Amino acid sequence: MRDVSIIGVGQTAVGEHWDRSLRDLAVEAVGAAREDAGIERVDALLVGNMLSGELAGQENVATLVADACGLLPREALKIEAACASGGAALRSAYLAVAGGAHDYVLAVGVEKMTDFLTDGVTSALALAADSDFEAAHGITFAALNAILMRRYMHEHKARHEDFAPFSVNAHRNAALNPRAMYRQPITVEDFVRSPVVADPINILDSAGISDGAAALLLCPASEARRARRAPVRITGSACATDTLGLAERADPLVWQAVADSARLAFEQARIKPNDVDLFELHDAFTIVSVLSLEACGFADRGSALKLAAEGRIALEGDLPICTLGGLKGRGHPVGASGAYQLVEATLQLRGEAGAAQVKGARIGMAQSVGGSGSVAITHILQV
Amino acid sequence: MELPRYHRLRGPYYRLEGSVCPTCARRFFPPRPLCASCKSAGMKPFAFSGRGTLYSWSRVLQPARGFASMAPYVVGMVRLEEGPLVSAQLADADGVDLAIGMPLEMVTRKIRDAEEHGYIVYGYKFRPLLMATRPRP
Repeated sequence: MRDVSIIGVGQTAVGEHWDRSLRDLAVEAVGAAREDAGIERVDALLVGNMLSGELAGQENVATLVADACGLLPREALKIEAACASGGAALRSAYLAVAGGAHDYVLAVGVEKMTDFLTDGVTSALALAADSDFEAAHGITFAALNAILMRRYMHEHKARHEDFAPFSVNAHRNAALNPRAMYRQPITVEDFVRSPVVADPINILDSAGISDGAAALLLCPASEARRARRAPVRITGSACATDTLGLAERADPLVWQAVADSARLAFEQARIKPNDVDLFELHDAFTIVSVLSLEACGFADRGSALKLAAEGRIALEGDLPICTLGGLKGRGHPVGASGAYQLVEATLQLRGEAGAAQVKGARIGMAQSVGGSGSVAITHILQV
Repeated sequence: MELPRYHRLRGPYYRLEGSVCPTCARRFFPPRPLCASCKSAGMKPFAFSGRGTLYSWSRVLQPARGFASMAPYVVGMVRLEEGPLVSAQLADADGVDLAIGMPLEMVTRKIRDAEEHGYIVYGYKFRPLLMATRPRP
């Protein structure tokens, strides 16, 4: 396997882009990543996307993006791993370059969600759950996470407002990110008063429906010096799976796929959790942040809320998370979110995160989770 | 909605039929083609008793398409007395003080709004035991 570097990144602003299509968004992000790298060559394109068929009425979306970006006749494939599709596209690009099949590979995550009203998007997102035994019973994605959250509160004697620091942190960091969707800071009182989606989960527990695209250009580390920007190495890349149905786990509060993918990525990068300078985690709901921190070994079982309450997850803390807003603050265009995380971690390691810069960051971790913990993809980036 | 799909699901949906491993005897709901523990094939059908306790729940205020007429409705996970957890809607939960650990039993109910062709999908839900919901004398 060859060492692989990220040599260019690009992203659209995240938001409700009513005047722009999936095609427009992908073209902008891809163009920005190629411009950033200052390298024309692209051998293959991998498109991370979850819901183009359901929400944009379009499959065969990799060919569409390759065509629109002027990349024909090169290889182009769609990579789908539910909400982890963006991370999965980067992992596939990494494998292609590391394995020697291609040298210059673009990974782009793109999602167009806001053409539909909330009930349509809610139904579409439930496609990540077990269709026959979860979604068909009206168990929405928010409801699955709400079931977990109530159980967590029961087992660890936590209150709903104990989860507020995660959303407060995400909004505070998003305010520093010009690409983020929700740039207004929130308070604990805002969090407590927010309307309920599926109790105990409310709006401010939940990452918002949005449109966006983010792209990364990869090449062998041995050639990365040709690029305009300082390269960032991918030193760990791992994917793991768990049961599709949440109820089929021995303990639904143990996210084993998240734990496994993190452990494999740490091993490959030869680092320990406390070597990580920043962690872009999959904060689709506040309970997901909690379960992910515990599964990855950053907190003991039942103690991730304490980590947040003590301010350790803030930009100036010892484990900054969601440094440019995370899914909650930046917005969560599902199939693109994993790619945004990796673009943001890259910017942090290049020292280009502006007001949200984590000082001296050298090791970044990004983790994308699909379904309710049923697939997890972890990357470790280093400079 | 897809008629053959719900026809295939009649065992689990109407009879809470899962599967049991012929080798290690572990029981599963929903049914599985291979044992998740020992990976044996040849799983046999197994009908659960429908009795269990409440593991956790949520009241859904933002329903998916096909559930609008039922909202708000309660969904949860039930720990069956034979071991597995099952995700389902809770029935007859209005005005009941739900509590983790409370006893529940399976009932057969309409599980979603009828769509344009009018075909009604029935399946399992779980309700609090009557004795648990009546005021004490």
